[in-house]
Amino acid sequence: MSAAARPMPTDWRDFFALTKPRVLTLVIFTGICGLLAAPGTIHPVLGFTAILAIAMGAGGSAAINHWWEADIDAGMKRTANRPLPSGRMRRDDARDFGIFLSLVAIGLMGVAIGWLAAAILAVAVVYYAVIYTMWLKPRTPQNIVIGGGAGAFPPMIGWVAVTGEITMMPVLLFAIIFFWTPPHFWALALFMKSDYAKVGIPMLPVVAGEQATRRQILIYTVVLTPIVIAPWLTGGTDAIYGVTSIVLSAIFFAYAWKVGTRTKSDDDDMVPEKRLFKFSILYLFVLFGALVVDRVAAYQGFTGLGWFA
Amino acid sequence: MTPDEEAETKRRQKARNWVVGGTLLFFVVLFYAITIARIGGQAG
Repeated sequence: MSAAARPMPTDWRDFFALTKPRVLTLVIFTGICGLLAAPGTIHPVLGFTAILAIAMGAGGSAAINHWWEADIDAGMKRTANRPLPSGRMRRDDARDFGIFLSLVAIGLMGVAIGWLAAAILAVAVVYYAVIYTMWLKPRTPQNIVIGGGAGAFPPMIGWVAVTGEITMMPVLLFAIIFFWTPPHFWALALFMKSDYAKVGIPMLPVVAGEQATRRQILIYTVVLTPIVIAPWLTGGTDAIYGVTSIVLSAIFFAYAWKVGTRTKSDDDDMVPEKRLFKFSILYLFVLFGALVVDRVAAYQGFTGLGWFA
Repeated sequence: MTPDEEAETKRRQKARNWVVGGTLLFFVVLFYAITIARIGGQAG
């Protein structure tokens, strides 16, 4: 029998790769932060289970995303070697794997933690795999704004897993990542522009031009600032988070200002854009880390007694 | 199939079996732990 008639069984590592493990690290990190920052306690086993369910839901929707975008991925240098475009896996297997993983994740969350957290997880999966990937990404240059919503769910779900209710703080955590994503991703898109143009995804720099993208980066950075500081202003956190958020916002704005006000020259190596992109990742890690430190310190009674409040 | 391909096929099948088996075992242990945690939570 020829190799074409009976292909090799897929290596399990390719199934793992479908879950976008590198994106999952950010999902897991922000999910844990939401879980730790929430008021109240959760049994460590249940906390672990909640994070596992969030990661499985995100991994499942990522697999569905791979299935849907296999043709697009084949046309881009950055993604051409993914399991589907390189032919190491059958397309239907990726789809079934993604749906199965998502369903198990939602069921696990519902049974072990609660059905409100499970419902938000289900919304997150549908939002990313269907509304974003299938519907809006190929249709609008604001696709990244909408895609950012998908990444904004994990800390909210982590928080709700502990409290069992949706309050202002988890909504603010959602809003922070939502408004952080556009400047973060458009900075990347500015120095990766040519790839997206080739496959027909209407990325903002391709459709509206580079100057419009730079202006939008600046606008979203300005909108992001009060939202990032809001948890402190509304009394949701103490000064550890408050001061950190102000300092981070100032640095972020400085990087964004440079990107937003300059014009690309010929033979430009796009250093300010690369710097903004790199800093935006650090920004999110430090911000959420500060939130956890701030909240844990308050719950332990170290702060909130007038010393740092 | 060449002997090399056959060996590679066997290797992948075996690795997949181990991963699936390990995952199932992990979930058995996890569900046991979840049950204990939830029962303990209600009693306390």
